[in-house]
Amino acid sequence: MIATIAFYLFATLTIAPALAVIFARNPVHSVLWLILAFFNAAGLMLILGAEFIAMLLVIVYVGAVAVLFLFVVMMLDIDFASLRRGFTANLPFGIIIALVLAGEVIVAALSWKAGPTLSGHAIPAAAQPNIVALGQLLYSRYLFAFEIAGLILLVAMVGAIVLTHRSRGDLKTPKVSRQIRRRPEDAVRLSKPAVGGGMEL
Amino acid sequence: MIGLAHYLTVAAILFTIGVLGIFLNRRNVILMLMAIELILLAVNINLVAFSAYLGDLTGQVLAMFVLTVAAAEAAIGLAILVIFFRRRGSIAVDDVNRMRG
Repeated sequence: MIATIAFYLFATLTIAPALAVIFARNPVHSVLWLILAFFNAAGLMLILGAEFIAMLLVIVYVGAVAVLFLFVVMMLDIDFASLRRGFTANLPFGIIIALVLAGEVIVAALSWKAGPTLSGHAIPAAAQPNIVALGQLLYSRYLFAFEIAGLILLVAMVGAIVLTHRSRGDLKTPKVSRQIRRRPEDAVRLSKPAVGGGMEL
Repeated sequence: MIGLAHYLTVAAILFTIGVLGIFLNRRNVILMLMAIELILLAVNINLVAFSAYLGDLTGQVLAMFVLTVAAAEAAIGLAILVIFFRRRGSIAVDDVNRMRG
């Protein structure tokens, strides 16, 4: 009973903010609605027993992606009013297309014949905690794919830096190569001054 | 009793909202990227639901990879958006066809 209530609560609170994301006038509000949608989607995954993915969703999406979106929305001075031109013109046609698409996908999903494993209508009990099982799978069978995923993130990071980096003329930055090339024999001179002789500079 | 079909329906509605968002906000790239995130979230819900009901963790591993790609895509997309804004002073995608070299 409580699981049913929780499911409908999380499902409603995922779908309604998702609608608010695309209909909000202010993009900052859109990002905040997106955060709410992701939190509740994480709740849905918690009901399914996928604790690790749920926490990952909160950490990655809310902690990183949504903050990135918020950062870009607030950093760029964008005239959002002009961007909404054509929004209402597309609205009736868009909603018709969306309803047709949703109907098709739902019919396809529901008319699909579930195999004998799926017809039980109950989630099989897990033998191990979700994180333990997932970790064992990730670091054995899917190790290569896991490493590739890490590589994709590295490429994305380097790509984002390369794309947005610009060298500004008015900034004073240390020349790293010169600093590394500097040797002690060029920079330090040892001398032994005589008593009362003073230091020659 | 909540079955697999309920989760598939939620994911289908979420996917459609994402597609509608791309369709309606054709000039605003930031909202289009957010709509893509919604679509990928729907995919993730499908993967996790199937994985839970089948008792097979492969779906959750795949959902993790989808999450990775979504994060990378958001980072690269927003980086492209920032340089596009620097060049043109606007993010209206109608003007993108003027982007050369």
